[in-house]
Amino acid sequence: MTVGVLALQGGFAEHVHALNKLGVSSIEIRRPKDLKSPMDALILPGGESTVMGRLLRELDLYRPLLDLIRQGMPVWGTCAGMILLANEVEGEKDTHFAVMPISVRRNAFGRQLGSFSCSGLFTGIGDLPMTFIRAPIIQKVNKNVQILATHDNFRVAARYDTMLVTAFHPELTNDTRVLQYFLGMANAL
Amino acid sequence: MDERNTLNKNLAQMLKGGVIMDVTSPEQAKIAEDAGACAVMALERIPADIRAAGGVSRMSDPILIQQIQEAVSIPVMAKVRIGHIVEAQILEALEIDFIDESEVLSPADDLYHIDKQKFSVPFVCGARDLGEALRRIGEGASMIRTKGEPGTGDVVQAVRHMRLIQQQMRKVQSMREDELYEESKQLQVPYDVLRCVFETGKLPVVNFAAGGVATPADAALMMLLGAEGVFVGSGIFKSGDPKKRANAIVKAVANYQDPLMLAELSKNLGEAMIGINEQEIALLMAERGV
Repeated sequence: MTVGVLALQGGFAEHVHALNKLGVSSIEIRRPKDLKSPMDALILPGGESTVMGRLLRELDLYRPLLDLIRQGMPVWGTCAGMILLANEVEGEKDTHFAVMPISVRRNAFGRQLGSFSCSGLFTGIGDLPMTFIRAPIIQKVNKNVQILATHDNFRVAARYDTMLVTAFHPELTNDTRVLQYFLGMANAL
Repeated sequence: MDERNTLNKNLAQMLKGGVIMDVTSPEQAKIAEDAGACAVMALERIPADIRAAGGVSRMSDPILIQQIQEAVSIPVMAKVRIGHIVEAQILEALEIDFIDESEVLSPADDLYHIDKQKFSVPFVCGARDLGEALRRIGEGASMIRTKGEPGTGDVVQAVRHMRLIQQQMRKVQSMREDELYEESKQLQVPYDVLRCVFETGKLPVVNFAAGGVATPADAALMMLLGAEGVFVGSGIFKSGDPKKRANAIVKAVANYQDPLMLAELSKNLGEAMIGINEQEIALLMAERGV
């Protein structure tokens, strides 16, 4: 199995490191030609969604990646990656891939002083360490979206079809269970 | 404090592969965000103008910082003078995302840096060599940048500092374990921070380049030499076409290994900032705060 990791900006190296730990090969995606090598799943990392959204379009990656996701390639978005997948970003007219029927609120816990880590229940896994960095939350969802985790009644992880999103960063911890959960989703196809 | 420290280092990790731009107004901040900056540094004057104006340079007016915080959704950083504990407390009260304890401003203390472990917000600090970098990390910095020479448009010092830090890290990594005690004495750094370098071959925090980056090629050069991202100060808003240059530098950092793309990005950028050579500078900011 090979997982493509969008590597335009942000915490992509952490995802690659976690994949390495599990012995899964990865490809860093920076240019359209990086998509020529076959891959089975896609990770959209944390970072700044404004930066990634812009670079995706300017470097001609937007269309081919959108096509891959629409064709059913399993995709996991962490933090900024979740914003890239959402159908609606509260208070903003620009969306990115807009393939997942959720609306998200950026920087929902405020600035860096609002960043925190905690332990929380993730459906299908159990208690997990969760690290939120200037994190977004999921506001509204379509009825077909399954909520996988909440924190203080805020929705922070969800699944829809072949898409997984987490507002927190499992790749910043040593715990690889969410990654394994995602690989399981991809393997089941 | 340990958990806070980890969260702060984590924020720096999310900035990797990005460009942090100096801005002096909400309008410039918006231009920077639209061009793809991963964060902005709110300043009253960019380093080139600080250099030209002379005199004592201090923390920016809080109202300017707040206006910039309202203008953009990306993280906002601001500078305090080296050792100025109260300026840092003020920025923390403003809920700044990152404090730069910076040699660009006039030092407030010629001996002591701020004890950054006492703060909840993260700090980034400049360094010319591994000793400076590890001392700042020991004091609680969550991110390091090369000092370079701010406001010159000359990349030579940033290159020198980045190469030196990388060389010194390679040396540490090649040592026998029992030689680390003496090395920490030589470098005047805490043993446990040095040990991290020995074990991983890297700084225990994210390391950006800063000071003198003026072109997409400069930015790509710094990435090639091991920077994890780039600060651009005067290079953008002192150039002929800030918007275009800012965007080209963002793309150059993301694709620093692609010379063909760098060639495209370097075309028709208009005038670069004029720049000052090292030999022409009266004030070396990099010598502040060792």
